[in-house]
Amino acid sequence: MQALYAQLLVGLINGSFYALLSLGLAVIFGMLNIINFAHGALYMMGAFVAYFLLNLGGINYWWALLFAPIIVGIFGMILERTMLKFLTGLDHLYGLLLTFGIALIVQGVFQNYFGSSGLPYSIPDQLKGGMNLGFMFLPIYRGWVVIFSLVVCLATWFLIEKTRLGANLRAATENPTLVRAFGINVPRMITLTYGLGVGLAALAGVLSAPINQVRPLMGADLIIVVFAVVVIGGMGSIMGSIITGFALGVIEGLTKYFYPEASNTVVFVLMVLVLLVKPTGLTGRAA
Amino acid sequence: MPETAMVDAPAKAATGGNILQVRNLEAWYGESHILHGIDFDVNAGEVVTLLGRNGAGKTTTLKSIMGIIGKRAGSIKFNNQDIIRATSDKIARMGIAFCPEERGIFSSLDVRENLLLPPVVRPGGLPLEQIFDLFPNLKERLNSQGTKLSGGEQQMLAIARILRTGARFLMLDEPTEGLAPVIIQQIGHTIARLKKEGFTILLVEQNFRFASTVADRYYVVEHGKIIDGFSNAELAANMDKLHTYLGV
Repeated sequence: MQALYAQLLVGLINGSFYALLSLGLAVIFGMLNIINFAHGALYMMGAFVAYFLLNLGGINYWWALLFAPIIVGIFGMILERTMLKFLTGLDHLYGLLLTFGIALIVQGVFQNYFGSSGLPYSIPDQLKGGMNLGFMFLPIYRGWVVIFSLVVCLATWFLIEKTRLGANLRAATENPTLVRAFGINVPRMITLTYGLGVGLAALAGVLSAPINQVRPLMGADLIIVVFAVVVIGGMGSIMGSIITGFALGVIEGLTKYFYPEASNTVVFVLMVLVLLVKPTGLTGRAA
Repeated sequence: MPETAMVDAPAKAATGGNILQVRNLEAWYGESHILHGIDFDVNAGEVVTLLGRNGAGKTTTLKSIMGIIGKRAGSIKFNNQDIIRATSDKIARMGIAFCPEERGIFSSLDVRENLLLPPVVRPGGLPLEQIFDLFPNLKERLNSQGTKLSGGEQQMLAIARILRTGARFLMLDEPTEGLAPVIIQQIGHTIARLKKEGFTILLVEQNFRFASTVADRYYVVEHGKIIDGFSNAELAANMDKLHTYLGV
């Protein structure tokens, strides 16, 4: 039974990363209509920025949670201003190819300097150790990742669905020309939205650093599963991507317990089934 | 001299100074040349209507003024400032508000969010109480999804949301299209009331019977040019010509 709970916890942690990353992808797709293949590389950059902040600047994990998303978010906004904005109105394929190219370049540069092995990033002192819950042992850091990710996901959902700024974003997703004709600076909003989506990826990277180590290809390994999560949840749906992210993490964890051989493929099998039955995803809109 | 400048300017209504001056306006959709040199003026406080058949260039004229047509040439002066190169958000912030033909109600926003979407660009916009006084239906449906409203209510919402912004120059594109006579009448009353309150309105209409109840002056657009213009007092005398222009 302990093993089942342990796998459930692993599933929830993976689900946290899936949710944060697919949420960022959903936000970016909704606003820019771009399938952001660079997302994994930006997630990796978040972890590396945390590593640099700690080792070069002595800035700890807690500040990294704030600074890494801002720094990588600014890098993302520069990408949007200098490259992605020129793809407005073009086929999705162009955005996909451009961001895929950006991912290869970013990962290549990091691999050139840091190789493929992982760099250590230790758990902050306040989150070391664990708690005995009676039915299982809970490492505090892992519990923190699940709860913090959930809070960030719900805060992002609230921002987009329940605030005035979110209403502007949703309206600009539907009809950017008209929203701009109301006096709202839509290009600036698009840049900031891309920065927000990228910042979420970087935040996931910082959260992941103490668990998975900091590696140039850490995003490349994860992003394929995250795209499957997004396809299952449906592109462009905020709550859909959060729920699907956590749910698929848990399903993956349960599969690891009940039928470990299928644990790496269960998400893709589900993706195939969903595509056959509902091609727009469980909660998504047509692209 | 551009050909369109040959059209006599219609008699001015008893209103303020010139607020919008359009000269030799040309516009393109991709490779298609739509406007071929439009010239007209709008004075502060008046209601000016652009009449013309489908595809004549009326909507394109409004969109060109609003800055949402890719390629434009000529001169558009609003309060003596040339806005031909300005982006649409800057134009809106100068005090021009646009209500599009398709109404542009957002399905992912409820009525309240739709109403509050356009930012206040200058002081002097109508407070919500006054807007609900003009359109009582909206107050009852604030939490409904924007596109779940009836066609008439959507049109009211589309007009209501630009009244909040403080813009005093409104461009309404076919506000009566597809609406029941009773709703058209209500929109007519609203436009008359806005005019009384000092708004300047540039209206695009195919329904000149409706336009005649609210307009001070008319311009006729054909093939991307202004081919005629007259005041409301001259409407009766120009009826035959107008029937020919509009093909009715």
